[in-house]
Amino acid sequence: MIHLPIVPVIIPLLAAPLCIIFRSKQLAWSIALAATWTSFCVSILLAIHVVAVGPLSYNIGGWPAPWGITYYIDTLNAFVLLIVSGMSAVVLPYARKSVEMEIDSSTQPYFYSLLLICITGLLGITVTGDAFNMYVFLELSSLSSYALIGMGPRRRALTAAYQYLIMGTIGATFILIGIGLLYSLTGTLNIQDMAVQLRANDILGSGNRTLITAFAFLTVGLSLKLALFPLHLWLPNAYSYAPSVVTIFLAATATKVAIYMLLRFCFGVIGNGTIFQMTLGKIILIPALAAILVASIVAIFQYDIKRMLAYSSVAQIGYMILGISFATTTGLTAGILHMFNHALMKGLLFMVMGAVSYRVGSVYINDFRGLGRKMPWTMAAFVIGGLSLMGVPMTAGFISKWYLIKAALENGWWDVTILILLGSLLAVVYIWRVVETAYFNPSHENEEDIGEAPLSLLIPMWTLVIANIYFGIDTSIPLNLAQQAATLLMEGI
Amino acid sequence: MTWVGHYNYWGAIFLMMSGFYVVISRGNLIKKLIGLNIFSTSVFLLYISMGKIKGATAPILTEAARLSPTPQLYSNPLPHVLILTAIVVGVATTAVGLALTVRINERYGTIEEDEIRAKDDSL
Repeated sequence: MIHLPIVPVIIPLLAAPLCIIFRSKQLAWSIALAATWTSFCVSILLAIHVVAVGPLSYNIGGWPAPWGITYYIDTLNAFVLLIVSGMSAVVLPYARKSVEMEIDSSTQPYFYSLLLICITGLLGITVTGDAFNMYVFLELSSLSSYALIGMGPRRRALTAAYQYLIMGTIGATFILIGIGLLYSLTGTLNIQDMAVQLRANDILGSGNRTLITAFAFLTVGLSLKLALFPLHLWLPNAYSYAPSVVTIFLAATATKVAIYMLLRFCFGVIGNGTIFQMTLGKIILIPALAAILVASIVAIFQYDIKRMLAYSSVAQIGYMILGISFATTTGLTAGILHMFNHALMKGLLFMVMGAVSYRVGSVYINDFRGLGRKMPWTMAAFVIGGLSLMGVPMTAGFISKWYLIKAALENGWWDVTILILLGSLLAVVYIWRVVETAYFNPSHENEEDIGEAPLSLLIPMWTLVIANIYFGIDTSIPLNLAQQAATLLMEGI
Repeated sequence: MTWVGHYNYWGAIFLMMSGFYVVISRGNLIKKLIGLNIFSTSVFLLYISMGKIKGATAPILTEAARLSPTPQLYSNPLPHVLILTAIVVGVATTAVGLALTVRINERYGTIEEDEIRAKDDSL
């Protein structure tokens, strides 16, 4: 029980080399599956413990807090931990068939090993309480995701991965500069201790230039990693050319973890919601609104549906950042809740893309003709995921939109409310294009018969469908966690 | 004239900006990676400068220092350690970048960005 906080990180890390040692794709998949499920179970235990007892901290190697690396888990960490490990646990059963088709069988053990390292990195960012450790884990997850994206079946995957590598490294370097400047101000790398030192030395109120520069670098670097609107250019290519499993996993987790980092730095270090709202909150509000509007409009004109969903991801990230930029408890609740709900719906929608490309071979809009009849279960899942994306009542997406609008009204921002609703309407347009093609357009004349996707793809997909509906009706678990996390963040330290 | 005394920071900023410029302006994938390396190296300089204390020695516990009656000033070793980690990350990034470039060269037959784009568009 004492060593519980480190377990979800260490298990995938140890399992990764095992996948390569055994060199058998079947065994590698089983190891990866076991590792992710163990991580998920431990994350659930951690979440239960944190909610019941309170924050957990764990000193690595027994070195006490401000000097050694500390893993610190409060409600926010536990929530993000659940999202990441939960999604990887759902993706792995799906991976076997999909990876078998898209990746050479000799490279499959490497694929699972990289996926596990990527999971380690993302979980590590989530549990650690040390700023530099966060950077190292961020680079761990990013480097493995560049390689994973480069494994995509088409050659454009390579250029997409290269582009992501360049932009991701610039972002990571900016984050490194920001952390360095914070270190030079506070003399500590422990995030909680940073907040204490900033307060003790009265650096916060005085408009300290180093502090402002540090946050400028951190915010820009993290915005690159989380693909906030003008810095999102790597995302559409990376998501559309990566192997299906990688797209599902990254879309559901990677950007959320970057948003978690932003929350941790902006609220955990400044430790004060009002200062955040007066400064950074106002600055990131504009790109967030622009993301919702522009990315949704761009999504409407895409022919590659995977690419369309990638642009829709950019828009949805806009919603999360919008919630955060309100810097009220309701706003933060909406943002954090949307991280969870978006993982559910985008994971589901990209799983549908994976199943369609498994059967049809590509996911252009024309490929969807007649699929409503040929792959009824897959397309039904798409419709439910689409409804959730639009924010229709009884689906998970509705809850976060509802809280977002509530937060906007609390602040009295009518114009923002209208933009949120407009974004949902645009989502209706781009989802409807696919639904119309799948159900109401005649299928191609001379085409071989396409069957329903295999069960091992359908079961994880429908698990997410059920989750989308369940968390739309009984939303108490994620809502409570998000509310608790938001309250903790607003209180500061 | 205090800004002259901060020459190492100016050096870091110069390296950072020139590296960044190379990444943006060059179309050759290898040159981009070199620019990226210069860019991230500048941060190492920034970190090391932070740890330096004027008139202080290296943070090594020598016999002379241990026996000296007055405590000696030494530079902060933590930024050095952090930068060792960051160098490893930088090497790994370069390795992945170069590996991708090799694969791009295999599949496209070129590493010039505009030629790659032209080949993709012609499909």
